[in-house]
Amino acid sequence: MRRSVEIYLPIAEMPVDMFLILGMGVAVGFISGMFGIGGGFLLTPLLIFVGVPPAVAVATQGPQIAASSLTGALSYWRRKAIDFRLAAILLAGGLVGTALGVAFFNRMQKLGQLETVIAVSYVLLLGLVGLLVSFESAKAALAARKGATPRRKAAGGHHWYEGLPLKMRFHRSGLYVSVIPLFGVAALIGFAGAVLGIGGGFILVPALIYIFRVQPNVVVGTSLFQILFTMIAATIFHAATNQSVDMFLALLLMVGGTFGAQFGARAGANLRGEYFRLLLGVLILVVAGRFAADLLSPPREPFSVTRTETVR
Amino acid sequence: MRRLSSQLLSQLSSQLSSLLGALALVLAAQVAQAQSLVATLSTDRVPILSNFTGARIAVFGVIEPGAAARPRNGWDVVVSVRGPRGAVTVRKKESLGPMWLNLDARSYIAIPSFISVLSNRPLEQIAQAEVREDLRVGVDPLIPPQTALRAGANDPRFREALQRIRARQGLFSQNSEQVRFISASVFQAQIDLPGVAPLGAYDVDVSLFADGALVTRTQLGFTVTKTAAEQWVAQAAREHALAYGLTTALIALLIGWLASLVFRRD
Repeated sequence: MRRSVEIYLPIAEMPVDMFLILGMGVAVGFISGMFGIGGGFLLTPLLIFVGVPPAVAVATQGPQIAASSLTGALSYWRRKAIDFRLAAILLAGGLVGTALGVAFFNRMQKLGQLETVIAVSYVLLLGLVGLLVSFESAKAALAARKGATPRRKAAGGHHWYEGLPLKMRFHRSGLYVSVIPLFGVAALIGFAGAVLGIGGGFILVPALIYIFRVQPNVVVGTSLFQILFTMIAATIFHAATNQSVDMFLALLLMVGGTFGAQFGARAGANLRGEYFRLLLGVLILVVAGRFAADLLSPPREPFSVTRTETVR
Repeated sequence: MRRLSSQLLSQLSSQLSSLLGALALVLAAQVAQAQSLVATLSTDRVPILSNFTGARIAVFGVIEPGAAARPRNGWDVVVSVRGPRGAVTVRKKESLGPMWLNLDARSYIAIPSFISVLSNRPLEQIAQAEVREDLRVGVDPLIPPQTALRAGANDPRFREALQRIRARQGLFSQNSEQVRFISASVFQAQIDLPGVAPLGAYDVDVSLFADGALVTRTQLGFTVTKTAAEQWVAQAAREHALAYGLTTALIALLIGWLASLVFRRD
C-alpha cells in the first residue's frame, strides 16, 4: 500500500495528499524555472484535475505566482534588468485588468459558467499562444540551422499602435511608444490572470518582444515585476470578494514551486534558445489540447453537482 | 498499523463507555416508557484536524423489552445520518455545435450534504416502499423532490444524477449490513464519515421497526467541526477577508524573498 500523508485544506474543504501537491509544485516549478514563466497555466489545470474546486484552484494561484515571481524579480533587479518606468505603466494596466477580472470571475461563478469560461479561455488563449511560440521558434531553429542571421526590424518601420497619443520614452527598453497599447495589453493580461489563475508571463514576454520590440535583456525582469504586483492584487481581490484563496494549498505549492524552480533554472541554462521555446510552445499546446478534448468530446458523465449554499 | 490499532482501542473503549451509558439510561427510562428505544453515539463532535481523512462513529442502542412481545421476525433498526442541508445546482452538459457546455440546470433546495442509511437487513425487507417513503427512510426519501422555483420543471434525470454523483463521492450511501445486533435487543452500528464530509451539524435518526411497521424512533446528532489552524484559517478567510488576503500575500512575499536568499546564485 502506498503511504500518503493527507492534509485537510480549510478553504477547498477537502483532504489532499500532501506529497502529491508538493510534487506538483516541484514539477511545475521546475518547468517554470526552466522557461522563466510562472507556470500558473499548468498548475491551475493540474489542481482542477485532482479535484480542487476550480474557483479555489484559480484564486490560490495568486500567492503561489507572487512568491515565485518575487524570487525571479529580485535576481533580475540585482542585475539591473528591470525597466521600472515600463513596469509602472504595465502595472497600472494590470491592476485595472485584475480588478475587472475578479469581478467577472465572481459573476460567472454565480451564473454557473465559470468552468466553461475557464475551459474555453484556456483553449483559445493557450492554443493561440502555443501556436505562435511553436511556429516562431521552429522557424528560428530552421533559420539557425541554415546559418542565416535572424533579421532585425527594418529601420523606421513602425506599427500604427506605436504612434497613438501619450507617447513616452523608455530608455532601458529602447522604446518610444504610446502608453495606450502598453496599458491595454497589461490590462488584458491582468484580466486573464485573475480569471484563469495565470501570471501571464507566457503572454507578456512574447508581447513585449514581438509587439513592442523591447530590448530582450529587460523583458523577463520587467514582466516578472509586473506579474508580482498584479498577483498580489489578485490574491487580495479574490480573498476579499469570493474567499476562495486557500492558504494551506498556497503554502504547499509555494514550497514545492521554489525548490522546483531552482533546478529548472539550472536545466534551462543548458538548452538552446529556439529549441527551448519550441518545447514551451508544445507544452502550452498540450494543455490547450487537454481542455479542448474536455470541451469537444461527449462527456462520460454529462451531469455535475455544485453546492451553492449551505445552511449550517 | 500501530496508529490504527491504537485508534481501534480508543474507539473500543469509548464505545464501551457509551454502551454503559446507554444501559444506564435504559435502566433510568425503564419505568417511564412502555416501549422505548435508547441509542447513543460514541461522540457528538468530530474535529477535523489537518490530517482528517474520515472518521468512524459508533451508534449503540438498546431496545427496552416493554409490554410488547418480541416480534416474530425480530427487530429491525434503520440508522439514517443526514449532513447539513443546502442548495445544490445540478448541471447537464449538452452539445452546442462541436462543444459540450453546461446548458441545462436544476436547482434543489435543502439537499442533505451527506446521507448514510444503515440497517440490519435490506430496507425492502424491513418495510414497504410507501411506508419508507412516508417515514423518510432510505436515501431517496431523504432528498426533497422539489426544485427551486425558477429552475424549471422537475426532471427525474437530474435527481438521479445528483444521487449517482454524490454516491460516487461517498457522500450518499446505503448499507444493509452496518447495523448488527449484539443480542436480541442490543444493537450497534458504524457511521463512516469520508474525508470530504462537509462541516456542520449532522442528524442521526434511529428508527425501530417490527413486522414492517415503525415502532419508535429517536433523534441523535453530532457536529463536524474544524479545529485549531483549520478553523482559524477558514474563519479568518470568511470574517476578515481583506486581512486574510493581505496576510496570504505577505506570506507569499516572505517565501519568495527567503527563496531568493537561500538559492542566490549571483
